[in-house]
Amino acid sequence: MLELKQIGYTVKDETGKKQDILKGVNLTFGKGISVITGPNGSGKSTLIKILMGFEKPTSGSILFDGEDITGMSVTDRARKGFTIAFQQPVRFKGITVKKLLELACGTKLDTDGMCECLSAVGLCARNYIDRPVDGTLSGGELKRIELASAIAKGGEVFLLDEPEAGIDLWSFEDLVKVFRKLHDKIVIIVSHQQRILETADQIVLFENDKVITAGRKEEMFEKLSQGRPLCWRIGQEN
Amino acid sequence: MDKIDEELLETIADLHGVPEGSFNIRKNGKLLARNSDSDVEIVSKKDKDGIDIIVKPGVKGKSVHIPVLLTVGDFQDLVYNDFYIGENADVTIIAGCGIHNDTCGDAVHDGIHTFHLEKNAKVRYVERHYANGDGSGKKEFMPVTKIFLKERSSFTMESTQLGGVTYTDRKTFATVGKDAQLIVKEKILTDGDERAITDFKVNLRGKNSRADIVSRSVARGKSTQDFHSNMIGKNECFGHVECDGIVLDSARIISVPKIDAVSPEASLVHEAAVGKIAGEQLLKLMSLGLTEQEAEDAIIKGFLH
Ligand SMILES: Nc1ncnc2c1ncn2[C@@H]1O[C@H](COP(=O)(O)OP(=O)(O)O)[C@@H](O)[C@H]1O
Ligand SMILES: [Mg+2]
Repeated sequence: MLELKQIGYTVKDETGKKQDILKGVNLTFGKGISVITGPNGSGKSTLIKILMGFEKPTSGSILFDGEDITGMSVTDRARKGFTIAFQQPVRFKGITVKKLLELACGTKLDTDGMCECLSAVGLCARNYIDRPVDGTLSGGELKRIELASAIAKGGEVFLLDEPEAGIDLWSFEDLVKVFRKLHDKIVIIVSHQQRILETADQIVLFENDKVITAGRKEEMFEKLSQGRPLCWRIGQEN
Repeated sequence: MDKIDEELLETIADLHGVPEGSFNIRKNGKLLARNSDSDVEIVSKKDKDGIDIIVKPGVKGKSVHIPVLLTVGDFQDLVYNDFYIGENADVTIIAGCGIHNDTCGDAVHDGIHTFHLEKNAKVRYVERHYANGDGSGKKEFMPVTKIFLKERSSFTMESTQLGGVTYTDRKTFATVGKDAQLIVKEKILTDGDERAITDFKVNLRGKNSRADIVSRSVARGKSTQDFHSNMIGKNECFGHVECDGIVLDSARIISVPKIDAVSPEASLVHEAAVGKIAGEQLLKLMSLGLTEQEAEDAIIKGFLH
């Protein structure tokens, strides 16, 4: 179980004025799929980065199975089972897809191993293993490889930031299959897609005024369909 | 051949013992072993130290190894190697140099290599420089490479400096003829107080000539690197120079690319980027369970791969 207690994240803008990105966030994530949704700029990625340890919250604490991990380093969290797929995949000069996946799973990979990771995200290993993870790959390819690296690493807590962005609609079902396979882990997905929201056990809604609502899928769908401004995106395909 | 020789040979030329095909192994200024055949003839020069390597027209798929070993201090090895590559030939030439210096005297290798490619000839030239040894004596390389490319010929140079080299000043000159192309992939790693200078001068003389120079370098410790290139387009041609550098600690990389489109039909591009490793690259690898140091090493290894 992953518990966030009174998480706040405040930054100073250029003029030195303080700005709250997150304020008093209390959330609990259990096993199963939680989908975080909400408008751009509402702090979803910031929360994901805080969970992975890329950013330290300015207040509050994070508990993982009862242990306070608020000050834990990225490396230690990764080794504890935290696994992230970036919203914007990082590009590397020279590191190949194969090398990245090997670093992710911590051992050398044979062709079968490569195939397993890459076919889950709809890529044929043969065409990719020796290619560098850089700008010569398309945005969609980079997104899939990013996801493959998370799968190759494995773990207990998956943080997937807009995994569907740039991936064509027809392969959505494959993506959903990937998430379903992780049902006995804590899976936190940031997404705007109806199809992915439907796979959720829990839905967390971020709003621009720092209000966060969470609840079971059915409950949240009901709220979202009441026509309040929060239903800003449901049913919309982007 | 002793153990040190074998280790050096493996590092610079992937060789385990004596290679197949044509070869010439030079150690401490003397010939250690040679194999010359009718396709690729290797003959010693009469007027100065060095060899002529003559590849007959039409010879394809052959490799030529010409490694050089330097395992003593207080020694300057100056050697002239001339390559004559016949029409339509297609060969790989592997020319590493390894220095092992345990002494306080300097070990210096100056290799002057000249390539003459006839029409439609194709060469892949692989050159690796590496040095080790605990002595205070310097380990230096001063290579000069001159490349003359006739019509439709193609020359690919993969030069790598793997570390341990206290000082290097490398000069490369090329003249590229009609429909000919030059491809250079350079990789340099420096550390400590090492210093590396590389200088390219490329003359795109023929119509439709092409040159692509990509230099990737990593400088650690207090090392410095200088990258200079001067590309001159004298005809309808295409030239591209890219210098990509990663600096760590208090190292420096200075990049000075110059392009000169003498002909208005010339199209020349240069790109240069020098800086430390991007923070997000480190974070990505750390999020896979690597420590910061391991992440840095993996990024550098990939970059110089
Ligand atoms: N370090 C920072 N400094 C200033 N502003 C930041 C910083 N990190 C995030 N923000 C701002 O916080 C807001 C939330 O960003 P983000 O978490 O990426 O939103 P979302 O993922 O929901 O679109 C944005 O307006 C962003 O510009
Ligand atoms: Mg985001």
